[in-house]
Amino acid sequence: MRIGVPKEIHAGERRVATTPEIASQLIGMGFDVAVEKDAGVRASYSDEAFKSAGCDIVSKSEDLWGQADIIFKVRAPETIEAVLLKKNQTLISFLWPAQNPELLKQLTASGGTVMAMDSVPRISRAQKMDALSSMANIAGYRAIVEAAQHFGRFFTGQITAAGKVPPAKVLVIGAGVAGLSAIGAAKSMGAIVRAFDTRPEVKEQVESMDADFLMLEFDEAEDGSGEGGYAKTMSAEFIKAEMALFAEQAQDVDIIITTALIPGKPAPRLITADMVASMKDGSVVVDLAAEQGGNCELTEADKVVVRDGVSIIGYTDLPSRLAAQASQLYGTNLRHLLTELSPEKNGEIDVNMDDEVIRGVTVCKDGETTWPPPAPKLSAAPPKPAEAAAPAPAPTAKKPSAAGPIAAVVVGGLALLGLGAVAPPSFMAHFTVFVLACFVGYMVIWNVSPALHTPLMSVTNAISSIIVIGALMQISSDNDVIMWIAAATVLVTSINIAGGFAVTRRMLEMFRK
Amino acid sequence: MALPLRVACSKCSGSEVDMISAGIVTVSYIAATVLFILALSGLSNPETARRGNWFGIAGMTIALLATILGVVTQQYATLLVALLIGGSIGIVLARRVQMTQMPELVAILHSLVGVAAVAVGFANFMDPTVHLSGVELTIHDIETYLGILIGAVTFSGSVIAFGKLSGRIGGKPLTLPGRHWFNLALLVGAIWFGREFVIQSAAGGGLEPLIIMTAIALLFGIHMVMAIGGADMPVVVSMLNSYSGWAAAATGFMLDNDLLIVTGALVGSSGAILSYIMCRAMNRKFLAVIAGGFGTGGGATVVGGGEDQGEVMPIEAQETAAMLAGAKEVMIVPGYGMAVAQAQHTVNELTRVLRDKKVNVRFGIHPVAGRMPGHMNVLLAEARVPYDIVYEMDEINDDFPDVDVSVVIGANDIVNPSAQEEPDSPIAGMPVLEVWKGSTTIVLKRSMATGYAGVQNPLFFKENTRMLFGDAKDSLDAVLKAL
Repeated sequence: MRIGVPKEIHAGERRVATTPEIASQLIGMGFDVAVEKDAGVRASYSDEAFKSAGCDIVSKSEDLWGQADIIFKVRAPETIEAVLLKKNQTLISFLWPAQNPELLKQLTASGGTVMAMDSVPRISRAQKMDALSSMANIAGYRAIVEAAQHFGRFFTGQITAAGKVPPAKVLVIGAGVAGLSAIGAAKSMGAIVRAFDTRPEVKEQVESMDADFLMLEFDEAEDGSGEGGYAKTMSAEFIKAEMALFAEQAQDVDIIITTALIPGKPAPRLITADMVASMKDGSVVVDLAAEQGGNCELTEADKVVVRDGVSIIGYTDLPSRLAAQASQLYGTNLRHLLTELSPEKNGEIDVNMDDEVIRGVTVCKDGETTWPPPAPKLSAAPPKPAEAAAPAPAPTAKKPSAAGPIAAVVVGGLALLGLGAVAPPSFMAHFTVFVLACFVGYMVIWNVSPALHTPLMSVTNAISSIIVIGALMQISSDNDVIMWIAAATVLVTSINIAGGFAVTRRMLEMFRK
Repeated sequence: MALPLRVACSKCSGSEVDMISAGIVTVSYIAATVLFILALSGLSNPETARRGNWFGIAGMTIALLATILGVVTQQYATLLVALLIGGSIGIVLARRVQMTQMPELVAILHSLVGVAAVAVGFANFMDPTVHLSGVELTIHDIETYLGILIGAVTFSGSVIAFGKLSGRIGGKPLTLPGRHWFNLALLVGAIWFGREFVIQSAAGGGLEPLIIMTAIALLFGIHMVMAIGGADMPVVVSMLNSYSGWAAAATGFMLDNDLLIVTGALVGSSGAILSYIMCRAMNRKFLAVIAGGFGTGGGATVVGGGEDQGEVMPIEAQETAAMLAGAKEVMIVPGYGMAVAQAQHTVNELTRVLRDKKVNVRFGIHPVAGRMPGHMNVLLAEARVPYDIVYEMDEINDDFPDVDVSVVIGANDIVNPSAQEEPDSPIAGMPVLEVWKGSTTIVLKRSMATGYAGVQNPLFFKENTRMLFGDAKDSLDAVLKAL
């Protein structure tokens, strides 16, 4: 099948849906790849690079849509693109069907299959296709870079000959993928990082990145975790306590990164104009929720505004501002999805609606809208198993009663007494030697290094051929049968003596530091 | 050893043309005993072990010389020829054997001790110069009988173990119906014929029950080892090691020779301790292993097994190489699969390259990895992996949280988290290497088949586990090339 990668026509979009490296992997899976002329230029992937990876370069967008079986795109198709989709063609891109019902209707009517990368179910198996996480990761990183651009000081603290420079303080609100990525980037630049999230379970992740997790002084434990690992709307008291915390922090920190989103709702308003006013001059707010209305009251989408000496950055295209990286990660997400779609690796795809992941991403197929999908089974936090199965096997594990060993000692003692009563003294002398030797062996062997257990076996094997002495005592017998049996035994045991010692030596020679 | 070691051979105490006196022979035997103990105690460390082996050789030489000069009175030529032929065969075997074949070699050498014990026992029984009566005769007969019994079991058991280890006999446990009853019948038979033997021996006969008993013992040895599966072989090999010692000790009682008794007891307790260590490492009872048939009966209900484990994440050699090169702490966990694929040399190359890149590479060895105690250590030593980066399970299990990448090569049950997490699992309670606590685990495996215990391994489905499918050696070669 032929994969077509058109140039993104959305204003300002720099990303491309595949890279030369990924294209060559797709070709390896049996697909043809056609790339529109200049599609990757703004992400630093030249047409020559695509060509040498084995892609065809097509100069006109319409031709590309015409010949491709599968279309890889980043942004949702614009109206002039949507009309190009035809029956038996598959389009894979971001779509945001909830926000774009008209577009979805139009695409459904075309009869083609459309997969929305923003609808990948949040289950562990689909993580490698989760383009939202890939993009959020980049956005978080880029947010710190943008903040650094507008922040007039170092992030890291330094002690220089000219005096001491304090480290910048960064507050990250919302510790999702983007938030954690921002924490990591700020931390690696040397800032002091604090993070806040309504979901208490992310505390560990934040602390694992060496940032401080801010806790609310709040009586009632309230958990902000909603469906599918996203946050939900909180109660009024909670929000009040939260706002007090932000107001307090705003006076202290230099940079605020907000990433708070609630699925299907406008972004919560967390940073008020008053808080911005209370921040130090030269501070920076980066609002990653600008597209959904912004977490900051003063945010203007796609702009940097300065209010009361504070820069408020409302870019909505942060991933596109790191286009090469974003294209590579997004392209890899697409490749993983294609691997799922083409389990045979034969260059054909099969839209298997029984597969939970494929079902989730497919928003329309054969003229029917298949969005929204049935709720996914959450595999990250499985429901607790039925209590009935749980009652731990009652601790019936019998305590080793003292009776057993005592009985053994008594029986053993009696047996020895009985033996001593009847056995001749010569036997008892040997028996003493035997028991003592067993103890010596026990003491010595426990000290043997486990690494040398094999040499131990071969050397004990060699010395147990001391049994040859028995044969030597018999070999001088006048009885021919006995003599020959003894001679054969000497032969057999000497194999063992020589072989055992030689192989032990060979092995021990190999043990070197 | 305060007691005098006596050479109370009925023939040699007196008049014939011994070159050295019985006292000197005894002193030599004491020296040999001490040297043997030093040889074993040297094995606590690879450096002293090399010296220890020379102590063992010296002890054996002294004992042989003393016996030949002090006890043997004729047939020197036959004796020397036998010694030379046997010795050369032994040295050739030792030179030629591949390190992966060590378990087979050890097994076949055990069988030689067994057959020697049987031969010495029969020869002693037929020796007309031994004259005893009353209780002494009874005890002597019992000693003879036991020596032959243990020797015969050691012999046939070792031969079967050799066959299984070398692949000449299938590794699957043979489980005859009612095999426990069969074993019991053999045991009862052995005891009954023992009684017959003692009675008939007092009357001057007894060869017949002795031969029948030998046949029973041989059959028992065959049946016992046939019923034991491949991965229980470490226990079997160390058990046979122990038996060969007890056979020597019983022969020592029969011949009134303290050197044999002491050496036999040393070897016997050594093998017994090894068996115990192996059983503990599998969390199994010794008797349960010997009864055999593991993985076929109780393992039928795969607990918490197949249902919805999630999906495994495969990985390519390229990515593996990148992960290894980017890691600071790498732990390699080898298993029997590494021996099968003969991958130890590639593992060493990989280790060398990574260590040159300042990656800290260590090895974690489970006691029952492989087919014999210490099998993995010998293979790694053969490939010239420095032994000071090879650690035992107990030494490194706490370090896994700091490990960046763990590489599991052809191992399964020994890294199975269900041993700790699922109380119903057939391997519950077995100590395992906690690789899943590290950042990432890469498992080299040929396919998704279950391990020896027939238990599904949840490790493969963990989020931080990647599977590198294929033959271990080919995969590692590809990784090495990518590095």
